[in-house]
Amino acid sequence: MTAASSQFAHENLLRELAPQVLGAVTRRFGDFGAAEDAVQDALLAASLQWPKEGLPDNPRGWLIQVAARRMTDHIRSESARRRRETIATTDPSLERDVAPRVGLPSLAAFVSSSGAAEGEPDDTLILLFMCCHPALTASSSIALTLRAVGGLTTAEIAKAFLVPESTMAQRISRAKQSIKTSGVPFSMPTPKERADRLAAVLHVLYLIFNEGYTSSFGSRLQRTEVSSEAIRLARALRNLLPDESEVAGLLALMLLTDARRPGRTGPDGELIPLDKQDRTLWNESAIAEGVALVSAALSKGMVGPYQVHAAIAAVHDEAKRPEDTDWPQILALYGLLKRMSDNPMVALNHAIAVGMVHGPRAGLDLLKTLDADDRLAGHYRIAAVRAHLLERAGDREAAIVHYRAAADRTTNSPERNYLLTQAARLAADGV
Amino acid sequence: MKFMLMMNAPKGDGDWGVSKWSQEDLKAHIGFMKTFTSGLAARGELVGAEGLAMPAQAKLVRAGQDRRPITDGVFPESKEFLAGYWIVDVDSPERAYQIAAEASAAPGKGGQPLYMPIEVREVMSAPPIEV
Repeated sequence: MTAASSQFAHENLLRELAPQVLGAVTRRFGDFGAAEDAVQDALLAASLQWPKEGLPDNPRGWLIQVAARRMTDHIRSESARRRRETIATTDPSLERDVAPRVGLPSLAAFVSSSGAAEGEPDDTLILLFMCCHPALTASSSIALTLRAVGGLTTAEIAKAFLVPESTMAQRISRAKQSIKTSGVPFSMPTPKERADRLAAVLHVLYLIFNEGYTSSFGSRLQRTEVSSEAIRLARALRNLLPDESEVAGLLALMLLTDARRPGRTGPDGELIPLDKQDRTLWNESAIAEGVALVSAALSKGMVGPYQVHAAIAAVHDEAKRPEDTDWPQILALYGLLKRMSDNPMVALNHAIAVGMVHGPRAGLDLLKTLDADDRLAGHYRIAAVRAHLLERAGDREAAIVHYRAAADRTTNSPERNYLLTQAARLAADGV
Repeated sequence: MKFMLMMNAPKGDGDWGVSKWSQEDLKAHIGFMKTFTSGLAARGELVGAEGLAMPAQAKLVRAGQDRRPITDGVFPESKEFLAGYWIVDVDSPERAYQIAAEASAAPGKGGQPLYMPIEVREVMSAPPIEV
């Protein structure tokens, strides 16, 4: 093995072990926030030591041992500090809070038992449920999930999200504080809660994916790593919950969307729309995997929105040329989605599909009914869709006006550039 | 030393009439900005850079008596608007001016330099270490 590939292997192993080790340490000491810091220390120590000294016989046990030692140090110094404070305040109630859940002397036994065992496979899942708890804001969940479950360092996460490291550190520590105050236990959600909690996990993973996917332009290219991490986490979740169709649906959606990434931007970082992309650049193996996943999930009969979105992505991905796209199929799928959720963006995409199947005028008629929706009022997407349909209907002047209006409203710079380019193209046609 | 280079959009049309440029002009401008910023990053001079959404999206906010926000629209015709900024970390003010001049000459309509005014402001730093 070369030095580079062995380092890569070490990193992968560390990232995979991170949630298992964190699970074991949290289970033992009870304090998730402190355990999470201790595990980060252990991961750092391993990333420095292993490449030099070679992989230990039991990497998981090694990490647990180092993290547990950090925890013990932490608890000792905390209880010493609290003792001083307790003496000062003579408030006996404080002493009860500081006692660790289990006595310290059994540490050696704990390390050897949890190190030798296969580990609790559910720990990764419990951690996901915890980090994506609905009590947290989306940005907190995203940051905490990437660190606690993904094993990324604060610096890496900060870099990917283009914020200072201190900001990201603060976000993570606040997230841990929220978990502490909300009293979320380190355990599986009850069967009653489970569906809602799983939906929250899927939502956070999807947000992580989107964060990387929609912003991976130009100088922000490093953000593609964020999407890859979302895919890795979704894959791990799928291994843990192989029977959940929506988990498979989400993974398929990510793979099928990510497969188009190489064709999505031009040499200058400009956005290339689906019908203009060089489809030979698309990632065939990701498409094949995504299609297989979503087909298997749909055949189980528990159809949810992620599966339908994945199915739509699959129809696009399977068309060798834009004109081969099975629009009636896409229209039917958007119809299905519309019945599942009252999402204005779904309604908008439905209008596009109607325009493709029944002609641009039919799409424009449908858009008129959406103008009344407050959630879409003034949104650039409705102007962009209208411009596109007007162009197809042959109304060049109106299309230019709406492309420009959309460009003024979008807050995404590649998208703005794309819309301005469309307006410029039509204006040039008219000269 | 760090400097903020602020690109102000002129009053009036607010964006150099960019919506009337040709496709080629747009492409050249976007390509320039991308190369310019990635060049700063490659030289280790870039701290951060952001482009801002159009003034039409902007709101002017003040606290009311109850401390709740009172928002107003803004009037892009009447004032200059910050369109975007770079923060660079360089050895001298001269280097910051050089970078600003490069940005100022970004290509516009017909590929002609825009000669945009770029406001260069030093970012305040922590007090020096006492020796």
